[in-house]
Amino acid sequence: MPRPGFVLEVDKSTPPTLFWRGEGFSLEKLPADRSRVIYAPEPLPALDDIDGAIRHALLNPIDQDPLPTLLFPGMKLTIAFDDVSLPLPKMKRPDIRQRVIEAVLDLAAEAGVDDVHIIAALALHRRMHEFELRHAVGDRVYDAFAPRGMLYQHDAEDPTLLSYLGTTPQGEEVEINKRAADSDLLVYVNINLVAMDGGWKSTATGLASYRSLRHHHNPDTMQASRSFMDQHKSELHKSNWRMGKVMVDSGVKVFQIETTLNNDTFPSPFGFLSKREWEWSAKDRASFIGTKKALDRTPNRIARKIFHNIEAPHQMTSVQCGEVGAVHKITTEHVYKQQLVEVQGQTDILTMGIPYISPYNVHSILNPILVMCMGLGYYFNLYRGKPLVREGGVIIMTHPTPWEFHPVHHPSYIDFFEQVLSETTDPHVLSAKYEEKFANDEWYRHLYRTSYAYHGVHPFYMWYWGSHAMQHCGRIIIVGGEARSVRRLGFTPASTLNDALELASDVVGRSPTITHLHAPPIMIADVT
Amino acid sequence: MNRELRIERSLPKFAAAKVAGLLSPGRGSSYGPLSLVNADPLDLPADGWLTIKPRLAGICGSDLSTIDGNASRYFEPIVSFPFVPGHEVVADADIDGVSRRVVLEPVLGCATRGINPMCPSCAAGNLGNCERIAFGTIEPGLQSGFCCDTGGGWSQSMLAHVSQLHVLPTDLSDEDAALIEPAACAIHAALRGGFTGGETVVVLGAGTLGLLTVAALRAFTPVENIIVAGRYPHQVALARKFGANNTCPTPELARLVRSFTGSMAYGNQLTGGVDAVIDCVGDSASLTQSLAITKPRGQVVVVGMPAKVSLELTTLWHRETSLVGAYAYGTETMHDGVRRRTFEMAIELASTAHLGQLLTATYPLDEYKDAIEHAANAGKRGAVKIAFDMRQVSK
Repeated sequence: MPRPGFVLEVDKSTPPTLFWRGEGFSLEKLPADRSRVIYAPEPLPALDDIDGAIRHALLNPIDQDPLPTLLFPGMKLTIAFDDVSLPLPKMKRPDIRQRVIEAVLDLAAEAGVDDVHIIAALALHRRMHEFELRHAVGDRVYDAFAPRGMLYQHDAEDPTLLSYLGTTPQGEEVEINKRAADSDLLVYVNINLVAMDGGWKSTATGLASYRSLRHHHNPDTMQASRSFMDQHKSELHKSNWRMGKVMVDSGVKVFQIETTLNNDTFPSPFGFLSKREWEWSAKDRASFIGTKKALDRTPNRIARKIFHNIEAPHQMTSVQCGEVGAVHKITTEHVYKQQLVEVQGQTDILTMGIPYISPYNVHSILNPILVMCMGLGYYFNLYRGKPLVREGGVIIMTHPTPWEFHPVHHPSYIDFFEQVLSETTDPHVLSAKYEEKFANDEWYRHLYRTSYAYHGVHPFYMWYWGSHAMQHCGRIIIVGGEARSVRRLGFTPASTLNDALELASDVVGRSPTITHLHAPPIMIADVT
Repeated sequence: MNRELRIERSLPKFAAAKVAGLLSPGRGSSYGPLSLVNADPLDLPADGWLTIKPRLAGICGSDLSTIDGNASRYFEPIVSFPFVPGHEVVADADIDGVSRRVVLEPVLGCATRGINPMCPSCAAGNLGNCERIAFGTIEPGLQSGFCCDTGGGWSQSMLAHVSQLHVLPTDLSDEDAALIEPAACAIHAALRGGFTGGETVVVLGAGTLGLLTVAALRAFTPVENIIVAGRYPHQVALARKFGANNTCPTPELARLVRSFTGSMAYGNQLTGGVDAVIDCVGDSASLTQSLAITKPRGQVVVVGMPAKVSLELTTLWHRETSLVGAYAYGTETMHDGVRRRTFEMAIELASTAHLGQLLTATYPLDEYKDAIEHAANAGKRGAVKIAFDMRQVSK
């Protein structure tokens, strides 16, 4: 039986705590008697018969007819699936999307359906490389569909491939992939790594255009989402759900398939990363020392490659399908079961080690904007109830934060960093002044459509993602970051954790409480 | 005796200056042909000449090139040794028995050389294009400060032709006036673009000349957008103050221009770009960048004094870019067709834009080595313009 999450009260005998620092890590001694460390629950057991569970779910959906009854010859069937941003790290083959898509295709074939399109639901993310598509859907599916133009990636910038479905009562425009909208059935294959994923967000975001996305990816919505991991308190989700209703009312028929994974994040050579430090064996300690020393001597580029080649031993813990809302309710329960950790009270200082990866830099560079997004957009929002850090408190991240960008994946990020953040870091100001210009820039549009670039507006969304944390906290400090990058973000650089704590004392006093979020593996703090 | 900084023709000293200058900009002042001497006063070469007493004299990029042995050999026939540098001069002059504060217009054109009739350029008011700068009653020298017969501003006294002198308004400070000559160069450069309205112009380089060009573009042309690329934060801050509506560090310029103009790109080359670049640096890298970010049929105006450069001109050919020089001043044609003397406009700009704020530090002649090194490293040291101050008592 896996152990639940745990909150360790740090005392003098507590060993140093592991902090991620991009493609590396350090051990840090937290002050005794006023610090605590939150550890994720141990991985839940995987389903015994994954393929059997998938087939069972397809035949026994929630609040919807079994999939075979929805399939008929001559119909238009579209299967959309989550893109390269999930899961993290990428999972060992076979990817869960492959297993689900193959099961759906088997049923479609049995029903005589021959008009099937498979679409990567990119939203405004970069296009996936062929090797990434093959990893996600498997070689068999890829080779059968891609060469015939029936497996492709959503293009949010081709007006001929988009369908405008109407507006929500709040005036939010709903425009999604035309093929998906026009199909007799849209099957969405999701991976629910965190509670934020899935539900109507899958289609209303993953298959949408900028015209739609701007209604919920904006500073007001993001600041009013408390948190993204709590659907009922998230304006982001409420907007997506309203858009989902517009889709249903327009006749879009969605068969939602959601899966959850356990948090078995790192393969055995890196097993110590998921363990609690006082439980490290001699082998774990040796692995840590050996890995750290090797990484310290390895050029960043190579270290990055090593880490991005890690394949997680994630396993599926649940699969459910049917009506979107009903399915997502159960999915969320499974996610919470794996990730919730009860935490009593808020903290003055929240510390977090930022790892090498985020949803937006797979096989790429965690540039400074993404460092911000990981810390303030994701880790800060890993809560239910109240934020882990009190209002006016301090967040301390550890990451090298180099002034470095992937020129192919993140071209608009470079311009955003150089031209926008040099002028303002206020999400509302930069949104009003620059968002439209970046969103409609022909060059970014060209690179998004034909190369592997994130959409021109994407760095704005990353910035908005962190806007609640920026509004909430009194100071943000990055330890070990390149000073000029950290300052450009509007944060304070510090050389060591002790320096950072000293700097934080200006804001939270001399004896603040400290909480370290020991992630990854991912957890959600249920703060009471 | 006249205390003055003098440059001798000495090949070994120029060679030493070149080596020293390579090691550290401005170090040519310690090992090169420049020295502080007490000299006999110069004889007046002809009628119309008089002795003036410099108050402030700026240190210009062309002076620094000479001191560090980097000046182009192009100048050899149009300078005469030994000469006293200094052509950005505010001075006291006795004109018709009245002591007046004046600024020197240093170009040694036909009027100063007693050449009559004047060459076509001088006759047209384009003094900077004088075709007789090596002829006439005085020795060769393109400007005061490069001619052995006139002396230069880095001294207690020098000679000037009455046609070179502009009496200063009483309410204009010496510091503002010290920037008039470089401002005239900048105004000429700004108007060389022939802008008619609505253009987007990049000013590449934000030293004295770049900043003055920004001020000139705003004051005397109808351009809409001015983008400035500079190396140092204090430079870009001043550029904003003078009217630039966009600034960036030089390495970010191409991306800023692409984004600002909505251009596409291939490699390092934009498909579109700005209407014009005013290149106030003038080296291979700046000219290459200027060509890469100028739109087809656009214009690159070279104001920064170049020497030998290596340049890929395929871009210029393919995109039909105009590459034009901008040297000195004379008479300008404004966009509305009105003709004005550049120096009059520069005096006006010095007053309205308070150009004296660019004068970071002044030195007495005795501290010339410190002054030269400060000027040669102005950007790094948070400075813009350095000048000699002859109002101070020399040691």
